[in-house]
Amino acid sequence: MFRHMWIFLHKLASPPHFYGLAAKMIPWFYVSGLLLIAYGTIAGLFYAPADYQQGDAFRIIYVHVPAAYLSMMAYSIMAISAGIGLIWRMKLAHAVAAAAAPLGAWFTFLALATGSIWGRPMWGTWWEWGDPRLTSELIMLFLYFGYMSLRAAIDETSKADKASAVLILVGAVNVPIIHFSVEWWSSLHQGPTLVREGGPAIETAMLYPLLGMILGFTLFFGALLLARVRAEVLHRERRSRWVRNLILGESA
Amino acid sequence: MKPRQQRMLAVGLAALGVVLAVAFTLRAFEENMMFYVEISDVVEGKVPDNRTFRVGGLVVPGSIVRESGQMQVKFTVTDTKNSLDIFFSGILPDLFREGQGVIAHGSLNEDGQFEADTVLAKHDENYMPPEVADSLAKHAADKAAATVVEE
Repeated sequence: MFRHMWIFLHKLASPPHFYGLAAKMIPWFYVSGLLLIAYGTIAGLFYAPADYQQGDAFRIIYVHVPAAYLSMMAYSIMAISAGIGLIWRMKLAHAVAAAAAPLGAWFTFLALATGSIWGRPMWGTWWEWGDPRLTSELIMLFLYFGYMSLRAAIDETSKADKASAVLILVGAVNVPIIHFSVEWWSSLHQGPTLVREGGPAIETAMLYPLLGMILGFTLFFGALLLARVRAEVLHRERRSRWVRNLILGESA
Repeated sequence: MKPRQQRMLAVGLAALGVVLAVAFTLRAFEENMMFYVEISDVVEGKVPDNRTFRVGGLVVPGSIVRESGQMQVKFTVTDTKNSLDIFFSGILPDLFREGQGVIAHGSLNEDGQFEADTVLAKHDENYMPPEVADSLAKHAADKAAATVVEE
């Protein structure tokens, strides 16, 4: 059993095997993700009741929460991949980290932008310097930028992999800080609604579309990530025989 | 030790070092990490002199006083133990209302009253439709009435 799993992991780590497997998985991720996003959008915008205090403005939650969650999820995936890449010298792991960075940065930007748009009417401010949740999320955006700039600045792929892996691992300490910031310190941002003691503090008719959006965004992110890792693998292995065979085989 | 285990140890120790360094830094800046000061701390005088700061609490129901024809508004905020009068002239956010959590930025005047230049409303983690909020409020009121009768 354990042996089988080990063989499966070893095969997965081989670039040509991953390249083929990912191609088969991507359509499933796209279709299921987009279906869930469609459900979440329609149910969230038209069927969920308005909030007792915020009215219809609360509906931005259906983009804000999935985006914020994925901004941290993408970073966690990068940190784990960077660790695996450093310890086991697995090139595919570095490729995953490199491919996830722009996606994570976009989700971070989306979380910050939607939060700001909601904050203006509700809190009465676009942005508050000094709020621990807002500041730590902004720091994560800069970590993504730093990671991408560092990779772009180093020509040699294996050197870029190592240097950027160290950066992403050091910055990983920020992820739990973002999550617990609203509990450790007084903040303008509210506490967690979903993951809290005593269960979610949200009406079921509002909750299900939100869960649909979170899962849908995650699957959609999975599809984009797999597609980007495939492109990254192809570029890194451009001089290898299997890529040559792949190209020649397709054109012949 | 195999090279792979050495790398594992190095990555583990480095991560531990970063976590410890950040934890100590955040502890050292504990006070500055707080977005606002509790009202009890303001009343007890634990606030910086000659500096603006933020204070957070709940708006006391019935305490909002507006001068007619002026932007000036006065209200009281409480942390259920102590309370503080706040003067503000400007536009209040949508969520500002009685019983709401608010954060005011400003400073204390000589009379120990807080003169705010910004008032922000804090939202809590509860999301529900108006009907549910109404019935919750009704249940709470019934319960309160029942307790009064028992007494």
